[in-house]
Amino acid sequence: MSDGADPHGTIRKGAIRALPFALAVALFGIVFGALVTSTGPMDPVPALLMSATTFAGSAQFAAVSILSAGGQPVTAIVAAVLLNLRYAPIGVTVAPHLSGAWWRRLLTAQLIVDESWAIAADGRGRFHVPVLVGAGLVLWASWVAGTLAGLGTGEALGNPARLGLDAAFPALFLALLLPQLRTRRGLAAALLGGVVALVLVPFTPAGVPIVAASAAAFIGLVGRGRP
Amino acid sequence: MTGWLVVAAVGAATVALKASGPLLLGGRRLPAPVLAVVGLLAPALLAGLIATNTFATGQALVVDARVPGVAAAGVVAWFRAPLIVVVLVAAVVTAAARAAGMA
Repeated sequence: MSDGADPHGTIRKGAIRALPFALAVALFGIVFGALVTSTGPMDPVPALLMSATTFAGSAQFAAVSILSAGGQPVTAIVAAVLLNLRYAPIGVTVAPHLSGAWWRRLLTAQLIVDESWAIAADGRGRFHVPVLVGAGLVLWASWVAGTLAGLGTGEALGNPARLGLDAAFPALFLALLLPQLRTRRGLAAALLGGVVALVLVPFTPAGVPIVAASAAAFIGLVGRGRP
Repeated sequence: MTGWLVVAAVGAATVALKASGPLLLGGRRLPAPVLAVVGLLAPALLAGLIATNTFATGQALVVDARVPGVAAAGVVAWFRAPLIVVVLVAAVVTAAARAAGMA
């Protein structure tokens, strides 16, 4: 947690590193807002509130698509929560680096999304909380602003997939994973996690494979000379 | 009404999920075996995110235009290209593959 003497400098660093993703996130926010308006499963105000509080694209898209397809609210809720279950293990990785009053930890933890968390982990086992804060704030602002813009336009501005933006997120995760593969344990955990996720995709609801992949971390217990 | 119910339930659950680790563990030092596992959560989760974001569409496993994009991004990332370049390569290659008729 070498935050250095200048936390504002590292907050800015996180914000800058998040900028390319902020663009993609804003475009997906526009699509989310436009989807809500065009399919009409909820009003604009709750939709905007959802972006501000849930702040997780995949879960929000899942919930809205289920509702607009005529699904039950409880189905939408379960699907979205399953997709966000990964934030429990992700939060555990951040926990040792957060200190201070409980409400500060709670608020800082809300800035954890896949991208901000990945940007703040430097791949050598360290985690930079100010980078998380800078990246998280930029991504949150672009997600909420994108949603607002999308709600205003009312119709889809085209599919971000046409621009290849759906490949931007796995590419980010891959770039951030590579430095963690230098140790044999890191490599083994990644290979096992990837295989577990792929094997489960056809058999479990979306979200479950990612949570299950986290179980691969238990190979850290192998060969520790302890029962 | 339905909208509000879903927004409230999903929002509350997400806030709780994100905060559970930091609130329950705080800045406490974890025992060594726990640290050994927590240290590997990042590569395991990242690999799960990469695998599903690259090959999954709903519950179907597919090989579509994302695959060449992510593969190309992996190559430039291996040579330590900046993140923005990695992401641009992924998007451009995927968009080109789609324009060329790949799903």
